[in-house]
Amino acid sequence: MGKITGFLEHQRLHEASEDKGSRKKHYREFVLHLSDDEAKVQGARCMDCGVPFCMSGCPVNNIIPDFNDLVFKQDWKNAIDTLHSTNNFPEFTGRICPAPCEEACTLRINNDAVGIKSIEHAIIDKAWEQGWVKPRPAAVKTGKRVAVIGSGPAGMANAQQLARAGHAVVVFEKNDRAGGLLRYGIPDFKLEKTHIDRRLEQMGAEGVEFRTNHVVGTAPSGAGNGAPTHLDPTSVLKEFDAVVLAGGAEYPRDLPVPGRDLDGVYFAMEFLPLQNRRVAGDKPPELWASGKHVVVIGGGDTGSDCVGTSNRHGAASVTQIELLPMPPDLKNNPVWPYWPQRLRTSSSHEEGATRDWAIATKRFEGSNGKVEKVVLVRVEWQSGKMVEIAGSEFELKADLILLAMGFVSPAQKLLESFGIERDARGNAKATTEGAQAYVTSVPKVFTAGDMRRGQSLVVWAIREGRQCARAVDEFLMGSSVLPR
Amino acid sequence: MTQPPCAQGLYDPANEHDACGVGFVAHIKGAKSHAIVEQGLQILRNLTHRGAVGADPLAGDGAGILLQIPDALFREELAKQGIKLPAAGQYGVGMVFLPQEPASRFACEYEIERSIKEEGQILLGWRDVPRDNSSLGESVKKIEPVIRQVFVGRGRGVTVTDALERKLYIIRKSSGHAIQALNLAHGKEFYVPSMSARTIVYKGMLLADQVGAYYEDLQDSRVVSALALVHQRFSTNTFPTWDLAHPFRLVAHNGEINTLRGNVNWIRARQGAISSPILGKDLEKLWPLIYDGQSDSASFDNALEMLVMGGYSVSHAMMMMIPEAWESHSLMDTNRRAFYEYHAAMMEPWDGPAAMAFTDGRQIGATLDRNGLRPARYIVTEDDLVIMGSECGCLPIPEEKIVKKWRLQPGKMFLVDLEKGRIIDDKELKDTLADAKPYGEWIDRIRVKLDDVESDRQQPDRSAVSLLDRQQAFGYTQEDLKFLMTPMALNGEEATGSMGNDSPLAVLSDKNKPLYNYFKQLFAQVTNPPIDPIREELVTSLVSFIGPKPNLLGIDELNPPLRLEVNQPVVDFFEMEKIRHIDRYTQGKFKSYELDICYPAAWGNHAIEARLASLCAQAEDAVRSGYSIVIISDRRVNRDQVAIPALLAVSAIHQHLVAKGLRTSTGLVVETGSAREVHHFALLGGYGAEAIHPYLAMETLLDMGKRGLFGADFDSKKAIKNFVKAIGKGLRKVMSKMGISTYMSYTGAQIFEAVGLSRTLIDKYFAGTTSNVEGIGVFEVAEEALRIHRGAFGNDPVLASALEAGGEYAFRVRGEEHMWTPDAIAKLQQSTRSSSFSTFQEYSQIINDQSKRHMTLRGLFEFQLDRCQPVPIEEVEPAAEIVKRFATGAMSLGSISTEAHTNLAIAMNRIGGKSNTGEGGEDRNRYATAKAGETLSSRLGKNQIESDIELKEGDLLKSKIKQVASGRFGVTAEYLASAEQIQIKMAQGAKPGEGGQLPGKKVSEYIAMLRYSTPGVELISPPPHHDIYSIEDLAQLIHDLKNANSRASISVKLVSEIGVGTVAAGVTKAKADHVTISGHDGGTGASPWSSIKHAGTPWELGLAETQQTLVLNRLRGRIVVQADGQMKTGRDVIIGALLGADEFGFATAPLVVSGCIMMRKCHLNTCPVGVATQDPVLRKKFSGKPEHVINFFFFIAEEARALMAQLGIRKFDELIGRSDLLDTRKGIEHWKARGLDFSRIFHQPAIGAEVARYHVEGQDHGLDRALDHRLIELAEPALKRREKVSIDIPVRNINRTVGTMLSGEIARLYGHEGLPDDTIHVRLAGSAGQSFGAFLAHGVTLEIVGDTNDYCGKGLSGGHISVRPSPKFRGESTQNIITGNVVLYGAIAGEAYFSGVAGERFAVRNSGAQTVVEGVGDHACEYMTGGSVVVLGKTGRNFAAGMSGGIAYVLDEDGEFSKYCNLSMVDLEAVLPETEQSNKVSRDIWHMGEADEAILKRLIENHALHTGSKRAQSILDQWATFRSRFVKVFPKEYRRALTELATNSRKVAA
Repeated sequence: MGKITGFLEHQRLHEASEDKGSRKKHYREFVLHLSDDEAKVQGARCMDCGVPFCMSGCPVNNIIPDFNDLVFKQDWKNAIDTLHSTNNFPEFTGRICPAPCEEACTLRINNDAVGIKSIEHAIIDKAWEQGWVKPRPAAVKTGKRVAVIGSGPAGMANAQQLARAGHAVVVFEKNDRAGGLLRYGIPDFKLEKTHIDRRLEQMGAEGVEFRTNHVVGTAPSGAGNGAPTHLDPTSVLKEFDAVVLAGGAEYPRDLPVPGRDLDGVYFAMEFLPLQNRRVAGDKPPELWASGKHVVVIGGGDTGSDCVGTSNRHGAASVTQIELLPMPPDLKNNPVWPYWPQRLRTSSSHEEGATRDWAIATKRFEGSNGKVEKVVLVRVEWQSGKMVEIAGSEFELKADLILLAMGFVSPAQKLLESFGIERDARGNAKATTEGAQAYVTSVPKVFTAGDMRRGQSLVVWAIREGRQCARAVDEFLMGSSVLPR
Repeated sequence: MTQPPCAQGLYDPANEHDACGVGFVAHIKGAKSHAIVEQGLQILRNLTHRGAVGADPLAGDGAGILLQIPDALFREELAKQGIKLPAAGQYGVGMVFLPQEPASRFACEYEIERSIKEEGQILLGWRDVPRDNSSLGESVKKIEPVIRQVFVGRGRGVTVTDALERKLYIIRKSSGHAIQALNLAHGKEFYVPSMSARTIVYKGMLLADQVGAYYEDLQDSRVVSALALVHQRFSTNTFPTWDLAHPFRLVAHNGEINTLRGNVNWIRARQGAISSPILGKDLEKLWPLIYDGQSDSASFDNALEMLVMGGYSVSHAMMMMIPEAWESHSLMDTNRRAFYEYHAAMMEPWDGPAAMAFTDGRQIGATLDRNGLRPARYIVTEDDLVIMGSECGCLPIPEEKIVKKWRLQPGKMFLVDLEKGRIIDDKELKDTLADAKPYGEWIDRIRVKLDDVESDRQQPDRSAVSLLDRQQAFGYTQEDLKFLMTPMALNGEEATGSMGNDSPLAVLSDKNKPLYNYFKQLFAQVTNPPIDPIREELVTSLVSFIGPKPNLLGIDELNPPLRLEVNQPVVDFFEMEKIRHIDRYTQGKFKSYELDICYPAAWGNHAIEARLASLCAQAEDAVRSGYSIVIISDRRVNRDQVAIPALLAVSAIHQHLVAKGLRTSTGLVVETGSAREVHHFALLGGYGAEAIHPYLAMETLLDMGKRGLFGADFDSKKAIKNFVKAIGKGLRKVMSKMGISTYMSYTGAQIFEAVGLSRTLIDKYFAGTTSNVEGIGVFEVAEEALRIHRGAFGNDPVLASALEAGGEYAFRVRGEEHMWTPDAIAKLQQSTRSSSFSTFQEYSQIINDQSKRHMTLRGLFEFQLDRCQPVPIEEVEPAAEIVKRFATGAMSLGSISTEAHTNLAIAMNRIGGKSNTGEGGEDRNRYATAKAGETLSSRLGKNQIESDIELKEGDLLKSKIKQVASGRFGVTAEYLASAEQIQIKMAQGAKPGEGGQLPGKKVSEYIAMLRYSTPGVELISPPPHHDIYSIEDLAQLIHDLKNANSRASISVKLVSEIGVGTVAAGVTKAKADHVTISGHDGGTGASPWSSIKHAGTPWELGLAETQQTLVLNRLRGRIVVQADGQMKTGRDVIIGALLGADEFGFATAPLVVSGCIMMRKCHLNTCPVGVATQDPVLRKKFSGKPEHVINFFFFIAEEARALMAQLGIRKFDELIGRSDLLDTRKGIEHWKARGLDFSRIFHQPAIGAEVARYHVEGQDHGLDRALDHRLIELAEPALKRREKVSIDIPVRNINRTVGTMLSGEIARLYGHEGLPDDTIHVRLAGSAGQSFGAFLAHGVTLEIVGDTNDYCGKGLSGGHISVRPSPKFRGESTQNIITGNVVLYGAIAGEAYFSGVAGERFAVRNSGAQTVVEGVGDHACEYMTGGSVVVLGKTGRNFAAGMSGGIAYVLDEDGEFSKYCNLSMVDLEAVLPETEQSNKVSRDIWHMGEADEAILKRLIENHALHTGSKRAQSILDQWATFRSRFVKVFPKEYRRALTELATNSRKVAA
């Protein structure tokens, strides 16, 4: 448990990061993982609770007390084994997870949580450095073939698990590179893409075949780049013993106000991927924030990524607004061990942005078909209902408006082409427990990740990918030893 | 004649216990008189209070008398029938109980007559024993037998009385077997109390004073005897039978044999290997020597009788059966040690508390168990009488006639030889026996110590299978390594956990569990005491003999078999190799045979049965062909070979060999990969293994060491050594929990209960073990083993490189289930904080759903709602009434913070429930009612409180339940007087049968104040209450407490295990008002993990057994029954009520409500939410509020009401005991749980509706007879006006607990301060009864001329006691006993002077009394934490064991004291002259800030003043000489604490 009295002796440590002035000049990651000594201190704060709430707070149920202790003891090798036993890709979660585990940490009742995420980060970085992350191809092949559609975190986790169970796995990706949202949604300065590449390489060695530029079913609008190969669902169903739909939830929420069709109003996901492509060496269409007054609508993580990217472009100003009121800045977690609504300030915010809350968008205005400003109004929330405050209308100058208000549903056409039954929100309908877990309405077709649950965290995607793999394995083999 | 109920539901007559009063009177010169008979009967009457009466006040538990044959009477009486008796000694008399039914009676008589003829003896005739049954109760008359005497004359060839005696023995045995074989419905009433040419027993189901009246012979002056042995029984049940009364043919016993099952098994095991040169072929007629289901005393008598008939003298035989603790007795004479060691292999000790009086008609004597757990006092008079009894004064004798007053000492024997006409004391008796044969030489010749066997230190063949795979094959988890093995390897002892057990029983678990987990350790409670394996280690032993045992009756054995001896039963690699190749190393003296218990996994689970059969056959053949050791091994386990669980294999083979009578011809050694924790070793030993080699655990330790898991420079060999040490320590603890001191008698003793194993499995392989809810059979056991095996050798990626997580000890994903899930804890906290009943229902749903996921037995119950007519919820008793039935658990201030403790008290008092102090006193500032505006800190002091709680006007901060635990911390007259209920904690769910300790660093100034101890000094709670070694002792303590506060109800807390219902019946008869049945899984305190997990059973079992037994005994109405242990929801409460609970205890849940988040770190003082910590920084974080706790209890009550409405029951009382409303849930699909059968739990005794099913009436405590009423009356001026009063009054042994009721009055009026010294001066004369001056309050002086019995001055609370011998008594005060055992136990303050010697355990746990005594027995000053003790004479052994505070000054005239003192916690120093001390020793460490010389001298002067002691005077007269002969016993802890206190106070001053 690290040290019995560690939590009384040590303060929570924060990972060091590059100065916000200099980091804005590039797109590389700027957060440094903890040193061995720092990690030891961080681990010493863990109390090894009899009931580790962190572990249940973590969607993949990372065995946090155990790896905290191992890091305290500097047993990094066993630490990564423990971490990998529940999480296929700790390098992703160790960087971009909002860490619900830390909100559930027992210390959060009245103190700062153990820096679990930073420990995870340190462990996996150490493991890559030391060459401990190696392919683990299955000893015995089953002869079964599985198609995984979508190469985001759910698809990747799913494919890796199935390959390790001995199945021949083919991952279909409509884009030119695999990785899904990790690849094109999350900026490089949060997650450099080499991390994905390394994993793809490992998975390749484990027998996973990636077919990029492959669209299954009818291509969703705006998806894909280059000239994709189109595949018919029936042929996929014929070729494979099981199909896993892990296509994410990529339909963004729109803002149907006057002026929406003006040039300069974009979805975040029309803006962010372009930068990632540039970093990757592609030459995508030009869309820059440089010198512009940028207004980001939506106060979440994607919005925050827009802020960071715009700043790196050299925007004249960046403003981020949110419909809901400003959440409290909490010292402790009042709804422990659950997820509290509290003010979260990201590194992108630190780099410079005006943030404002309880603001609704009335309309966009501009000339020559180009947006120039946005008209806003302050709102009040009265027992869950939004009420505009009379006379509070105001305007913001805006050359570039980025809509980052979340995603409403998966690409419907993929589901339609397979004839998958959907739930009220348009997600592929499937449960997560019991004999029918992850099974869709269509025989031998499974689904996992955002496509099933709607937009969510990467860590949930990994969880569903893993659990779905077990369900597929059980379906194919009658039983499974894959962990849930 | 009706019989007592047979086994039904959970009631089993096999669980009955008894204890009692015993005594004898004898004329040393053998002069016979009728006076002796009368005196015997008088002793019996004066011991009446040690017995008990049942539901029928005229029905006693049994009493009787054993006499020499009254030849004159019989001669004259038979002459009337025309029968002429031969000369005395040439005929025998059988006392025979016969069935009332005439034909059966005739059949029995006929069998006896046949046997007489068969054995070549002569039937002289029958005599009807004249009786007067007019005083018997109706219930007794119904089962009264016909009693006749049969007279047997000697046949040809029988010339001496001894030979006739043997023939009579054979006649009795063989006729008994023959009658048993007839299997008559009315035959069971047949019983032969005695059949002898020397003695006769008159006994029956009688009260003590009925014996003389019932048997008219006893009033006949022609009935003369030189000895009378009497016994009065206290049974736990109310349907004792005539035959269970004592005396038996040779003994009368006060105590209990804990190892009975093993002893009986071992007797049976010897059957094939026994022969007797004296009994010859007759020996075969004895078997079965002991019938199943016989009482411990009866079984003991049977075994002793066989030894005596086989040629041993009765004293020799007693020494074999109840040996002294010779194993680690460094002071014992070598020949005597050799005697014991030689006989140790012939007979395992019959272990347990025992004062055993015995006689063969020519000698009469008594012996005490090795630990001195029963009292036995005796006196010798100038006219050659010897009187021995459980109490002094049981036969009043004028003081001037007495020449010696003494007691039986632990392990000692005392014998009167009536033929030789003298007393033979222990030393002479044993020296004579020990010197009679060259036992030392014999031992040297036949003993082979495994340690001394030369070997070539061969490395064992290591398995080719990887360590990880093998670990997995035996079900190892990461937690086994982390929680169990690592601490053992590092520290040499088991690790501690806390917060009870909330994971499922093995049979309900989805995980695959080792077979070990299906067994629960049994433990002693009430009817016998656990022992302290640490402080009283000297009586325990782990010595084990491997290999053939000698012929038990080989009295002239010329060539006894060799024996292989190990110091303890856990053997390492090299020792195992020695055993494996023992043939080679001992030149063929021993031969071992290895049995491989693995079989091809491919054969599947059904192969196990036949494999076991083959293994048994192989073992049998091996023994028959001369192999002296059988090794049961699973080391060949691999991918294809699955191991049969070693426990199953050992037990099967052991029982098979026992049944074949071959077991003592071989040794059983188990070599298993499965054993890794204490519980495993205990089970293997308990089911027959003499030695165990845990090869895989040891390989694991080596591997862990190699991987650096114990730290860089930790030698792996040390890890193994520590592991072995830890297991040894753990075994001692497991054994001592049951009051068993030696591994030899533990081996095969089966001190376990099974939960979740089917009856057929048990009967076949673990016969004699209880299993009450059925469960899995042998094929499922194999299936579980196979599943574990497949997991190990399968392709599970999680197991590819790591062990299973486990999750038993801490919650883990993919691990074991827990009832307290993160969500359950969070929802409970949120609901009670936000007063949200709907959130609470979410919580309940989680808990009750978990029940459906197979967590608890009750989870598998369902309500028979289809039989119920629901009622509107408005008609159901209101919640405000129901919550009054709730109490919070006993959690001491010390284990939890002041804030948490008071929070619960305030909440419970607001709702009319009860909170519990726990062990450790209570701040008297909590007693007064709160006024408006007060807060916790304004009341208790700012320094004491870190997180304040606002009080409401009228709030009460005190705990209504005051606990009295073994440590007796803070138990003063005032504390008791403030109680509404006083709870005697006999056991606690988390660690039944164990003590505890509060480390010095947790003893803050505040806690020290509450506990009357020194800050910083470690406090030890002993495993037993030293004033409760048996049921009649408990009755005495209840009586004491009731005297201290007659308004309070007295509660006894028990833990569920098999037989707890019977104990509860005994507790009820002992006059408790309230009994708590705790489940095994509850408990918040720190405890070794093996105890948390493996001791005790679920409350569903214990509670149902209690209800059934109490109803069956018609006792239920007299007592309130409370259940506790993981109570969490309204559903739990309703199920508890249906199974028989009136009230409910909750501990963990209210703590969770107060902020506890189940860290399970209570023992580390680091609770991060301020609940279970004393750290002020952490206590600031306490966030609980009384309102939250109140919400919780009302939510529970509301849930209960909703269920009551559904069940159609409006009044809670009407729920109680309605187990007919419960059923087993339909459609249990779980593969293991399927076999469970709860019908025994749901059983309702078929007994009239007039018999109460819930609490309806009070107990009659008999307080009206107390002497104190008179004292209180006479002391009125003092009580009312604080005027001095002086009282003179005589006293007898039947006046118990003198001064306590008076003290209770004083404490109520004046608190702990009481009255000024000596305000009430009472002068008494005579032999005072037990507990003289218990809890004596400040201001009372009891001055007695005469003597006192056990527990004198217990809990002394400021009063003064002086005891001096009568001036007419001529004995030397240092040579004669004046007070009993366990004197000044838990004394808090006051003074006591004894001009004479005290018994064992003087001033145990004294925390403040000043006392002088002129000699003490064993274990004096044990666990003492304060006060001053002066001993002016000899001490017994183990002085100052566990002593952490206070000072003892011992006059060490012969310089031998250091050998008698336990030096592990104390230093011995000289008592310096005052000036020298001033110069040399820092005042910081002066006792009470005074010079030793000053303290010592003052106390001796007081002693001389108060008792007139000549001894004291002569010491004072030559003070300079004597001062230097005193030794100061200075506890190391005390010295350290004094130094620290001084340093701290200087720091504060600076």
